[in-house]
Amino acid sequence: MSAVAALREVDVAEDASRDEVRAFLASQEQKSLLRFLTCGSVDDGKSTLIGRLLYDTKLIFEDQLATLENDSKKHGTTGSDLDFALLVDGLEAEREQGITIDVAYRFFTTPKRKFIVADTPGHEQYTRNMATGASTADLAVVLVDARQGLLTQTRRHSFIASLLGIRHIVLAVNKIDLVGYSEEVFGQIAADYRAFAGDLGFATITPIPISARYGDNVIARSDRMAWYAGPSLLEHLEDIDLGQGSAQKPFRFPIQYVNRPNLDFRGFAGTIASGSISQGDAVVVAKSGKPSRIKRIIGPRGDLTRAVEGQAVTLLLEDEVEASRGNALVAPSARPHVADQFAANLVWFAEQPLLPGRSYILRTETDQSTATITDLKHRVNVNSFAQEAAKSLALNEVGVVNISTQAPIGFDSFVENRATGAFILIDRITNATVAAGMIQHPLRRAENIHWQALDVSKSSRAALKGQEPAVLWFTGLSGSGKSTVANLVEKKLNAEGRHTYVLDGDNVRHGLNRDLGFTDQDRVENIRRVAEVAKLMADAGLLVLVSFISPFTAERRMARELMGEGEFVEIFVDTPFEECARRDPKGLYAKALRGEIKNFTGVDSPYEAPEHADIHLQPFGRSPEDLAIEVEDWLRERGYC
Amino acid sequence: MPSTLTHLDRLEAEAIHIFREVAATFSKPVMLYSIGKDSAVLLHLALKAFAPAKLPFPLLHVDTGWKFREMIAFRDRMAAQHGFDLLVHQNPEGVRDNINPFDHGSNTHTHIMKTVALRQALDKYGFDAAFGGARRDEEKSRAKERIFSFRDAKHGWDPKNQRPEMWNIFNTRVAPGESIRVFPLSNWTELDIWQYILQEDIPIVPLYFADRRPVVERDGQMIMVDDARMPLLPGEVPQQKLVRFRTLGCYPLTAAIESDAETTEDIVREMLVARTSERQGRLIDRDETGSMEKKKREGYF
Repeated sequence: MSAVAALREVDVAEDASRDEVRAFLASQEQKSLLRFLTCGSVDDGKSTLIGRLLYDTKLIFEDQLATLENDSKKHGTTGSDLDFALLVDGLEAEREQGITIDVAYRFFTTPKRKFIVADTPGHEQYTRNMATGASTADLAVVLVDARQGLLTQTRRHSFIASLLGIRHIVLAVNKIDLVGYSEEVFGQIAADYRAFAGDLGFATITPIPISARYGDNVIARSDRMAWYAGPSLLEHLEDIDLGQGSAQKPFRFPIQYVNRPNLDFRGFAGTIASGSISQGDAVVVAKSGKPSRIKRIIGPRGDLTRAVEGQAVTLLLEDEVEASRGNALVAPSARPHVADQFAANLVWFAEQPLLPGRSYILRTETDQSTATITDLKHRVNVNSFAQEAAKSLALNEVGVVNISTQAPIGFDSFVENRATGAFILIDRITNATVAAGMIQHPLRRAENIHWQALDVSKSSRAALKGQEPAVLWFTGLSGSGKSTVANLVEKKLNAEGRHTYVLDGDNVRHGLNRDLGFTDQDRVENIRRVAEVAKLMADAGLLVLVSFISPFTAERRMARELMGEGEFVEIFVDTPFEECARRDPKGLYAKALRGEIKNFTGVDSPYEAPEHADIHLQPFGRSPEDLAIEVEDWLRERGYC
Repeated sequence: MPSTLTHLDRLEAEAIHIFREVAATFSKPVMLYSIGKDSAVLLHLALKAFAPAKLPFPLLHVDTGWKFREMIAFRDRMAAQHGFDLLVHQNPEGVRDNINPFDHGSNTHTHIMKTVALRQALDKYGFDAAFGGARRDEEKSRAKERIFSFRDAKHGWDPKNQRPEMWNIFNTRVAPGESIRVFPLSNWTELDIWQYILQEDIPIVPLYFADRRPVVERDGQMIMVDDARMPLLPGEVPQQKLVRFRTLGCYPLTAAIESDAETTEDIVREMLVARTSERQGRLIDRDETGSMEKKKREGYF
């Protein structure tokens, strides 16, 4: 086939001179790069398609071909033919199970373009790996099995691709050979897809009928589908115009690293996220609004007069302005938002569900802050795009949320700027990446509600009482003796003339938290509210005793961080489960063990024991009075009473 | 300055960004330096990322004791020229037991002198991030790896449970004892590497260029007799042949190819007409299918 032969242009002649080699390399440099991914449902032929592309563009070496022949005999699913999927399914588990688990990146070049292709998994459970591949792609090839038509995963992947900012879709209707190269089947699937994807904001949707296994319409147009007048897949990938890049957008330079080898040199290192910058241009520091001008631009090969989107440079300013990692240098006339509350789309990646109220680490390209989801506005049904009410997001679910960060961050909306509108959420205990986020807009309340300054301060209120305010946080299983000990400690403090208050789990649930149940989401909210109340009380100068099971490390840490330095004392009442169940003062363990109460801590809901409690009480064989004295001694030694 | 960047410009910028990201977010990074062409490119990019400052991390060479002599000489020349902090680690137990590729086989030798030695060195210094020069186009399991690739406290890689890696926002958080392997050249191909070496005039070990060298032929592969430790089989006589190396590792485990390529341009021409992949000369990859993945799970780079 002539089209295949033409691809040999990527080679040079065996007797080419050194100058000819240099000329060839220079011509390679003129080519543009297209990053795309293949996605769609399981067994729609994604890996086979990429294997076919690599094979037909002569990018498989002889030793790799020998390995492929070997593997095809051992694991192949295509009878005596080569199983091209085995070229990309690189993990042992993948070859054994014949599925794709994680994204594989492959590289190929044609006379017109360079390509990086991400082959992504079709199984729903590996959606986060599909998202990983999509996040750096400009185009998605969505495969559909001609016999099956659109499936849930076709919709899910298309939706996620659109959320992640992909603007161009190729709808590859694969296995067209198995439906007799039918124009009608192809036309129906293409129409179904356009009807469904109309709202997803794609700039182009290009349906192409292909057979990845036999190569029809992959590299060259097939003569088995005379009715099809469009381009082959590769022709389309070579020719598609991706439109304007980020070079025309306002200047954004997230500061990644401050390079200060000596007192005379203070450079801000980073990658230009959008726009361009020239020597002498005015810039402002995003968060402070402090202005300056560009004195020098240092690129990889020395000083530059101008630099553009995508370049990693070091910028020197005319003035000594305060700025560090996490901040940004931006165009004065078109500044980013700076806010601590915003609305965002979220794709959830973790087995553990999203819990509104729990604190996570939010990271943008260079900035980081703790953050909580203050409101889960709705979950999006990936089949119908209906907005559904939800209390949490499970693995692979998509939702719209309000987020509050501890410190303001600088950002643009994701639709306007993919580089400065994106973030990830990280679990604070496991450090797992649990979500990808795309910012919609800042929330106006963040900008308009300012702290009311009050003249009487926490310290003046505490001074009047002659005490150091603190929150004594008792945690432990139900029936461990938390409330008994807290009650005794309060009596002692009260007798010494201290101003105290006990917040007890059961009591608070009768009032402030009467709307909350015992699911993980509600437990998180339960603790968040109590921690906020305890904080107000400490602010009023009180010694606050909190007696809550508070089973999760993350929320106890959140409570600790709400309080001032040294104001939070974690007291772990470490009574073993068997002992609590034996005591069972309220008869709850008996019910829970019979299955009559759901989500009971220690039975079917976890208790995460503190590892570094300030006071670790081991009540077994000791009287509550004895334990209260231990707490009191600890407090006295540290000047709390 | 043209307003569109070339393909190499973008790869270069991406690598520099990754270097800076690590320096800004980890407390004790290190760069693995294996002396080959990919390490040469890696070093060149690192120097650019932090200029005019010096490298904010040391370089670590895990020495198996069986590297080509020219590699060691080149390494020391580079260290002297650029003034970077060079750490060299050998597995002391392996040295004591005289582990070598001839008596113990490539598998055992590689495991003890490379994988275990690397784990020892990382533990000894407490590094929490380690740069490597691996590329996704080299091998099937590498094609699956993240740019920031998480390792547990035992240096294990869990390929079935990698962290998502979105946009260029990297999750650089690790608990004590855990670490991240970082691959700034992930998206480079072999051609990109050579093109960049040519463009930037980056010095590389002379073994990449053709010269007359003493070799013996074993199992269809040409092995260079680099020193007297190589036991010759009965009737084997080293022949002087015009050869060069596409990749460099331990000399008894890295096969030469016959070639007259004397310049980088010659190498590129040879590579473009080649019908075998570069790792074909690496005997250690071929012990079994999936052997690279297995080694990586055990802590190999």
